[in-house]
Amino acid sequence: MTILTKDALLEVRGLRVWFPVKTGVLQRTSHHVRAVDDVDLTLRPGETLALVGESGCGKSTVGRSILGLLEPSAGNIWFRGSNLTLMPGKERQRLRRHIQVVMQDPASALDPRMTVRDCIAEGLDSFQIGADAQERTERVADLMRQVNLDPESMWRYPHEFSGGQRQRVCIARALAVDPTLLICDEATSALDVSIQAQILNLLGDLQKARGLTYLFITHDLGLVRYFATRVAVMYLGRIVETGRTERIFADPRHPYTQALLASVPSLDPDRRSETKPLVMADIPSPAHPPTGCHYHPRCAVRLPHCDAQVPEAVPLADGICRCVRAGAP
Amino acid sequence: MTPASQPLLSVENLTVTFPGESGRVPVVDGVAFAIGRGETLALVGESGSGKSITALALMRLIPKPGRIEPGSRIRFAGRDVLEMDVPEIRAFRGADVAMIFQEPMTSLNPVVPVGAQVAEAVRLHEPVSMAAARARALETFALVGIPDPQQRLDAYPHQLSGGLKQRVMIAMALAMRPKLLVADEPTTALDATIRAQILAVIRDVARRTGTAVLIITHDFGVVNEVADRVAVMYAGQIVEEGTRHELLRAPRHPYTQGLLRSIPRPEARGGRLEEIKGIVPRPGHWPQGCRFHPRCPYVFARCREQWPVRRSVSATQGAWCHLLDEEAAP
Repeated sequence: MTILTKDALLEVRGLRVWFPVKTGVLQRTSHHVRAVDDVDLTLRPGETLALVGESGCGKSTVGRSILGLLEPSAGNIWFRGSNLTLMPGKERQRLRRHIQVVMQDPASALDPRMTVRDCIAEGLDSFQIGADAQERTERVADLMRQVNLDPESMWRYPHEFSGGQRQRVCIARALAVDPTLLICDEATSALDVSIQAQILNLLGDLQKARGLTYLFITHDLGLVRYFATRVAVMYLGRIVETGRTERIFADPRHPYTQALLASVPSLDPDRRSETKPLVMADIPSPAHPPTGCHYHPRCAVRLPHCDAQVPEAVPLADGICRCVRAGAP
Repeated sequence: MTPASQPLLSVENLTVTFPGESGRVPVVDGVAFAIGRGETLALVGESGSGKSITALALMRLIPKPGRIEPGSRIRFAGRDVLEMDVPEIRAFRGADVAMIFQEPMTSLNPVVPVGAQVAEAVRLHEPVSMAAARARALETFALVGIPDPQQRLDAYPHQLSGGLKQRVMIAMALAMRPKLLVADEPTTALDATIRAQILAVIRDVARRTGTAVLIITHDFGVVNEVADRVAVMYAGQIVEEGTRHELLRAPRHPYTQGLLRSIPRPEARGGRLEEIKGIVPRPGHWPQGCRFHPRCPYVFARCREQWPVRRSVSATQGAWCHLLDEEAAP
């Protein structure tokens, strides 16, 4: 399936990342962990796509593949119409400047021995942006102002900053090379509630000012509803549903999406979640996923053949749903 | 103030300090609260608020060189916790108060089956046979909703998922039939669908066994799922307390209000989130007067000079904020 969406910024088709599991003295590959299995994604310019799922579902692996930090086992990634997976290394490197990342833990993302100025200027140096060190320092100061940091503090070290300020440094560093696509991998999960709002507002402002496209990788559905234009829900390596944010929240079609939404804790004191404490099903391991539809052992509405067949992607008006019941009204 | 006349636990003027560059630095500063029998209190705060240290102090588990300062009082079922000798405090931990932590992975012994670990914990506190202790483990596994509890007794921690390990930890804590369960961010490391189940387990078990619960969290969603009452901590002090309904519906402290407004909610979609400006102050860098004043949108002169006293809003709700004095003034 290689029908490309018109004017897509990023197009992921049939992405597969399988990690071999080697066993025994001969280290033979006994089986694979199918971290990502036939994933399709489309990002249009200026939109925010939230890639949602629980830990181990493969959402970060998708992000890492797009960033070129992982070699996919199969599949293609097109960026602005060029196939990144077929491109020679140098050219690919040049294009990947347009795809930057902000990760969860700003403490480990920054080199503790480098000043904040050098942390932010790293990308400028490697892509040779700016004529000399002086000009790069000026660019760093400008970037720091854009993320509401005091440029006076650029000669200090990361540990002298708070968690929220360090995340601002990471955002400034990502923006330094003027990217088009920003991948935010749980970028606000480690922050305090009051600081998370600051960073989300900053990301919103930067998106408007620079026309950025976001791939928001997160497990936090409250944040998704607030921030994303479209949502892709992942479960054990596969995308089970995609669609516009409003529709996903108002009318989730996949039983897993429904369960995920039902688990969002309410802040209304008259409404507690309705989870039954003793109904318990665990998330299976991606090394030994269930047969057929991966969700079938936990599914309350499964049909007899759900354990045998991988469900097709049923097209919806605004996305897809991989469930045999999706076609039915 | 608790509704019960004789609280199970009462804490007064709790102050915990750690050595800093120039003298001892308070991390918890004059905290007071009480928990009634069978009641669930949530202690809410951001990093550095002192909420976890408060929980550890209750069990006298403050790591050295930290210290509970003289003048602090902790009473449990009529006994003075700070006066207990070593055998007494050992018996107190586990049998009277049990604790569960955020990371179930690091709290279990990887080379002992989980059932044996729970049975061992029971036998540490009660003179029962191995068979009786194992029966107790089985009973508590079933209580916390572990599927196939009989088989799971013989499982090793690595064979269990994160959600199941956290259930084992809760089972281990409950196997000693404590009167108070202290849970420090028990669901932070868990996924959404599993988190909802674990919170339901805690709520359900507390109700069925009459165990009081102190839950430490930064998440108001967790508060709403399990708490009867809530105390909000900021910079080592409680700034507001009240019932779950009062704090979620009508918070009176600007910090509580700001926290609740800064959570992304569907109604606010597309607009800006309300943010609390500034940074969360670290211990040793707490401002004068009301510690929230540099971040408060309603700050006025008195806030910079004077620490506010508690003002009652209702029989159960109170806030430490000068604004409430202004309103009360004629």
